[in-house]
Amino acid sequence: MKDKDQALRRGQKEKRKTISYAKWGYIFLIPFFVVYIIFTLYPQLLTFGFSFLTYYRKGRTWVGPEFCGLQNYIDIFTPAEGGTILVFKYLWNTIVLWLICAVPQFVVSLLLAVIFTSSRLKIKGQGFFKTVFYMPNVIMASAFGLLFMQLFSNVGPINSILVNSGMLDQPYNFLGKTVSMRTLIGVINYLMWFGNTTLMLMAGIQSIDDSIFESARIDGSGAFHTFRTITMPLLKPIFLYVLITSMIGGIQMYDVPHIMTGGNGRPDETSFTLVMYLGRVIGANNYGRAGAISVILFIFTAILSFFIFRSITKDNTD
Amino acid sequence: MENVTKTMEKKDNGNARNSRAKLALILEKILVYAFLIFNVLICFFVFYILIVNSTMSKAELQGVFTGLPSTHFFENLESALFKPETVNILQGTLNSFIVAAFTAILTTYFSALSAYAIHAYRFKGRKFISCFILAIMMIPAQVSSLGFIRLAYQIGATDQLWMLIVPSIAAPSVYFYMLQYLKATLPLDLVEASRIDGSSEFMTFNRVVLPLMKPALAVQGIFSFVASWNNLYIPSLLLKSDDKKTLPVMLATLASQSFSKADAGQIWMVTFLAILPIVVVYLLLSKYIIKGVTSGSVKG
Repeated sequence: MKDKDQALRRGQKEKRKTISYAKWGYIFLIPFFVVYIIFTLYPQLLTFGFSFLTYYRKGRTWVGPEFCGLQNYIDIFTPAEGGTILVFKYLWNTIVLWLICAVPQFVVSLLLAVIFTSSRLKIKGQGFFKTVFYMPNVIMASAFGLLFMQLFSNVGPINSILVNSGMLDQPYNFLGKTVSMRTLIGVINYLMWFGNTTLMLMAGIQSIDDSIFESARIDGSGAFHTFRTITMPLLKPIFLYVLITSMIGGIQMYDVPHIMTGGNGRPDETSFTLVMYLGRVIGANNYGRAGAISVILFIFTAILSFFIFRSITKDNTD
Repeated sequence: MENVTKTMEKKDNGNARNSRAKLALILEKILVYAFLIFNVLICFFVFYILIVNSTMSKAELQGVFTGLPSTHFFENLESALFKPETVNILQGTLNSFIVAAFTAILTTYFSALSAYAIHAYRFKGRKFISCFILAIMMIPAQVSSLGFIRLAYQIGATDQLWMLIVPSIAAPSVYFYMLQYLKATLPLDLVEASRIDGSSEFMTFNRVVLPLMKPALAVQGIFSFVASWNNLYIPSLLLKSDDKKTLPVMLATLASQSFSKADAGQIWMVTFLAILPIVVVYLLLSKYIIKGVTSGSVKG
């Protein structure tokens, strides 16, 4: 009885202790939430609200703000002259530009990750290779864009080499053709991200239990067979995580195409992405339409993020 | 006798198979290294051209491309730094540095503080807040950029560098990394011990917890610095006057102008100078950066 009493009292004491410190949890979270509410949540709500308003500048005067329901969304999905729905065209451009960089990136990165982690090949100088492969990722996309723009311009080094070696009679207009422009943008994004993807996939492969590879080798499984039946299935969750992260990055693609095309997605807006569209509409002071584009962008990202959220909350909810 | 030859043959066979396997491995290694070196060359090619071309005069750049460096490096450097007909790169570097440095400091300190709040205290709504921050982690800045610019107009903060710095106090992804790090490294007994010593909660965080988090602070500090240094979209919407522009915005301005007007050698030099600081920092710290890439996001 006495023991029980004591235990109870101790329990109460402990409870009181946690309660007395608990307020510090709130206090330490104040800066985060004050800044979040002012600089992120409020702008998000503002953006969402604008999407239901007629609100734009015409010359020197502002039209609106006036509630217009879903009119901005209807406008966005209404075909422009020529019958194309612009937002679909820009979404398609974004997807194409992402695919051009993502397909070779994931093939090469997977290959590199397997090579680096192979206990049979024992690659030397891994530190050097990783350092070089990751380096393009820390370099600003704007610099890359400007660099490639100069490299492949009609008077740039590449055309100079091609013409002087006799491979071409006259400079090839890399920046004026849809296929070459998209390819160049893809190449830059590939260069910037393949090192990062390699490192992520490597970490994934290294997290697989070594003994599984060991027993596969003893059973006489070849390199490709091991990759197909052991590495890939066990790597799948991390592979999907990296893939979806890359997609989210792709949806936000802005810097490289913006610089490479001088901001207009030339030729014929075939390299004009969704975020470039958003930037242009904000620049043109059409807040209603920009709001609606933002909401559409948010929905795309939210769908993709949902899958990542599900995978990380599995073991981080406590 | 017959037996002996048979075993000999067997041995020979085994040797042959062994050496064939060895040969195959060597061939495979040659192929693999060739592939690795090919990738290295692709990475280096771009930088090589950049460096070579920043040593050339305008006339040389218009002539036949040789791939060999020339002698006009310091001329280009001088005109890029002190005769800014195009962009003021010194001002841009200073602006970029202010934004990136303060962003790195604020984002690491306050993310660590928020993570500590969730990790060390048991309070009502803790689980909800923790889930909430995870849920907002993936919402990209572009989505709220319109509202952000409107806010800047409302509070008169367009063209203000602090408008780019202060929002980094609430960085869900940095917070998430810090939380993972605390979970793995901070024993709560230590906090308890510091309380018994009479330290206030805030002091405990600053004097006991923060020093323990140095590796995490360094990794996230570097990554936020680089991300902020390279950021283009939001700064290009916010910064309009030339003396406030950061480097990426300046490069974007350069790209949208026609090249014929500007000195091509100078543009190559400006590009070179814009990436130089980050490349130097990267090469010095690459060991930690490479480790940091994977430590936060992939569960080991």
